[in-house]
Amino acid sequence: MKGSLLSIDDIKKIAKLANIPISEKQSEELIKQVGVTVAYVSKLQELPTDGVIETSQVTGLENVMREDVVDESRMFSQVEALKNATHTHNGFFVVDAVLEASE
Amino acid sequence: MNEYELVIGMEIHVELKTKSGMFCACKNDQSLDKKPNIYTCPVCLGLPGALPVPNKTAIDWTIMLGLALGSEIAEVSKFDRKHYFYPDLPKGYQISQYDMPLCVGGFVDTSFGKVRLHRIHLEEDTGTLKHTLLDGKRVSLVDFNRSGTPLVEIVTEPDIHSSEQAKEFLKTLHQIVRFVGISDADMEKGSMRLEPNISVRRKGATEMPKYKVEVKNINSFKFAAAAIEYEFNRHVAILEKGEIPVQETRGWNEDKNATVSQRVKEGAADYRYFPEPDIPPLRFTKEYIETLRAALPKLADEVKSDVMSAHGLNEYQGKMLVENTIKLTKFQTIVSLPSIQRANVSGPTIANWIINKDIDPSSSENQIADQIIASQTIVVVSDDDLMKAIVEVMEANPKAVADFKAGKEPVKMFLFGNVIRELKGKGDKERVVALLEEKLAA
Amino acid sequence: MDSLSSMLYWRQVNKNLLDLSILELAKRLQDKSITSVELVDESYERMEASESVIHAAITIRDKKEALALAKKADETRTAHSSPLHGMPYVVKDGYVTKDLRTTAASKVLDTFMSPYNATVIEKLEAKGAILIGKMNMDAWGHGASTENTDYPVTKNPWDITRSAGGSGGGPAAAIALRYVPFAIGEDTGGSIRLPAAWCGITSLKVTYGRVSRYGAIAYASSLDTVGPTAKTAEDCAVVLEAIAGVDPKDATSSPHAVDDYANGMTKSLTGKRIAFPTEYYKEGLDTEIKAAIFKAREQFVSLGAVVEDVSMPLLEFGVPVYYILAPSETSSNLGRYDGVRYGNGRELFTKETSRRVMTGTYALSSGYYDAYYKKAQKARTVFIKNYASILSKYDAILAPVTTVPATKFGALLEDPVANMMMDVYNVTVNIVGVPSLALPCGFTKDGLPMGMQLIGNMHGEKTLISLGSAYQSATDWHTKTPQGVTI
Repeated sequence: MKGSLLSIDDIKKIAKLANIPISEKQSEELIKQVGVTVAYVSKLQELPTDGVIETSQVTGLENVMREDVVDESRMFSQVEALKNATHTHNGFFVVDAVLEASE
Repeated sequence: MNEYELVIGMEIHVELKTKSGMFCACKNDQSLDKKPNIYTCPVCLGLPGALPVPNKTAIDWTIMLGLALGSEIAEVSKFDRKHYFYPDLPKGYQISQYDMPLCVGGFVDTSFGKVRLHRIHLEEDTGTLKHTLLDGKRVSLVDFNRSGTPLVEIVTEPDIHSSEQAKEFLKTLHQIVRFVGISDADMEKGSMRLEPNISVRRKGATEMPKYKVEVKNINSFKFAAAAIEYEFNRHVAILEKGEIPVQETRGWNEDKNATVSQRVKEGAADYRYFPEPDIPPLRFTKEYIETLRAALPKLADEVKSDVMSAHGLNEYQGKMLVENTIKLTKFQTIVSLPSIQRANVSGPTIANWIINKDIDPSSSENQIADQIIASQTIVVVSDDDLMKAIVEVMEANPKAVADFKAGKEPVKMFLFGNVIRELKGKGDKERVVALLEEKLAA
Repeated sequence: MDSLSSMLYWRQVNKNLLDLSILELAKRLQDKSITSVELVDESYERMEASESVIHAAITIRDKKEALALAKKADETRTAHSSPLHGMPYVVKDGYVTKDLRTTAASKVLDTFMSPYNATVIEKLEAKGAILIGKMNMDAWGHGASTENTDYPVTKNPWDITRSAGGSGGGPAAAIALRYVPFAIGEDTGGSIRLPAAWCGITSLKVTYGRVSRYGAIAYASSLDTVGPTAKTAEDCAVVLEAIAGVDPKDATSSPHAVDDYANGMTKSLTGKRIAFPTEYYKEGLDTEIKAAIFKAREQFVSLGAVVEDVSMPLLEFGVPVYYILAPSETSSNLGRYDGVRYGNGRELFTKETSRRVMTGTYALSSGYYDAYYKKAQKARTVFIKNYASILSKYDAILAPVTTVPATKFGALLEDPVANMMMDVYNVTVNIVGVPSLALPCGFTKDGLPMGMQLIGNMHGEKTLISLGSAYQSATDWHTKTPQGVTI
């Protein structure tokens, strides 16, 4: 893993996971560029972090919650909810079929 | 077939009936047949810049469920992002819990043995999809009304070994969820959803099978049992051929009475969990958890014995009421009404009425009470008349009397029914039972 | 008076109103010696003069609409009005606004009309400020030069062959050209400070959580901050006071009390202690910038502060940590752009965005998480401790903002490492969450602005502002405007 350039299969797998549509030409480019970045950041392995606890947030806040109350002023009408969508039908958003025809 | 046994772990999703969403202030309306996309906001529609803020009640309720199920409650918990792409998932990730769920462990007792719980965690529900043809093209229609509804996931250990046990486990869990009062847990409406992970191994084997089949789209306990039976037979047939069933997701098809392979267009599953940066972690003190424990409504068994001893009900009456919270609530309200107490109507009488009569759902407790009182007070029948009817029935049914004396206890109900018919429904039924028993014992 | 004669009138009487400080403008608006209509008019005149070349803006509000708002502001002004009442301003196009389209500089959101306002917009609207434009940036904040925009690239007002910096090149150029008294930027790894340094203006990267992120299009959620860009430290203070505070819609917003940031500024810095991290001034730093900051160091000493050399040896690990955390979080945050509910499809992401999303996806994927993401989070803890050990003894750390002055176009576009290194001094500030004030400290011999930054303790904005303000009262770098482009 360390510093090694990625394979075309790696790039395709990552692109699929990331839902980024890429062409063959782009994947060649990305092998290089993502590879360079990954190699560069791998320098971090040199920093000793044994026994160090991870930090995922810097605020020190805990237990920030909201009361169970409905706020209608923040809710959208159906028209508002749909107004930025390209494909709608009868109040629904429309996407290409996600289920293949079953036998 | 006898050489094989089922190994089943369950994932159960329960939608909480909070007023608002898991991470937004949208109305949480789980009724069916409402218009699509009418309960959305920047947060649950995944608009640019929107941020989640967790619902305190949903967190409290999940902990209470954990307490009711004997789980250990996390001292520190957090939310994580679970990534996958699907049109009903607005953000490209679901806010869920990965390595620090709210509750760990716990169990549900069944008559076939204990079913241990692995964990209980809290997450947000997705939108819903409908598949249809539009202008000759196959499309999916997306509705985000359900998106962001608080959803509890209960995961068991693979401790279930038969469809009967699965059914009993699910019924008990369902009852507990209802009693904690956190969800309607309505299977048909989808507010309780089951996904058994089924595999089969040789009896006596101890290692886990190398595959499992997840079954979705199950909307009743009956279908859960049927799906498990179906899968058992399917797996055994494959195993008998020396093959291993394919690890996959299947759906229960009600019409075919069978499971079918679900070929869903999904990316490879690598959820890339990481701690949700938009929500600070949660920390619970022991004192806080104790206040939640104190707020926990009584559980089914406890409620049953309470109601039985307080109102002189038998086991059957207790069970019937506890299994239906609507009837239980009605009973508890009616039994304490002043009109009922003045009329001196007994608990068992009210219980029988509520259990056996088709009560018009629109009638109030007071109206029902009036009906009960009316039925009780129309005719008072003297003990002599009651005994007369009993003797007549016993004389008309000598075989039944003989059977009873030979130890056939259920015959008593047959005789009782005939006496009541003889009395044309008049008279104090408890008194009838008492006198009948007296006479039969003589 | 029609608008043309009104314009001619103020041009005679009040030339270059927008060179004045916010508090001075507020005073004149209060005593009615000027009007918001005049201010807004001047804003549009300046934009009209420069925008066809500079491209600081992606979307500009219709002028008539803006003037109507200004007129209304003039009519509704009271003695208790905020200093920002009737003040025109612009925001980076990474904030959602109901009135103007929001693109984040990406064709993915080319036509997106947000049905809600960001909290920062709501707060400024409540104070009576008038939003007149959405400014250019690297799409989604991905870049250090605003070249990764899907709209015409912002030019540096000091040299139009050079970048205005990024990701917030648009707001910085707008302030350099005095389009408006202030702008709202967004800083994830230097996006407010780097363009400020390259455009010769002052800007504040706030403590993480100090200003609500609600409605700020997320780049990397645990690093993103919302902050002001303006001409001076004092102006930044006035704006910060209006936008800071806890927000029930942002669970990470800080409940820490909001200071009166503009109050209590002094010209003397006696008793103040400034740390000077020697590692930051070694190889890699442009010699002119280095000389300028050494001069600033002397200036701080002459103002009464104690400046001492310290060691902050972790610098070289900052960029690796940042380029694991930020791409990971952005790969997640950009998951929502699927073209279903709004916007266009993911094929429209720029190359830089695709690179970052792919890198982040890789760093989070099964088998690599521990080596990258988790490791970076552990390193984050190490950085926090290092900063805390310095900042427990000093009021601020004096650091460069960039290794070089504004680069020529193209220099950063195809070189991921050069692009990453550009923010080497900036990213650790976001990793730790502390605030930082970037301010001008001189010009190169070619006439390009240079900047420095004062990094403070969590919620130490007021201290940074007083340090910066004292420096600006003794220097005049912040008063310089680009020649030739300004009217």
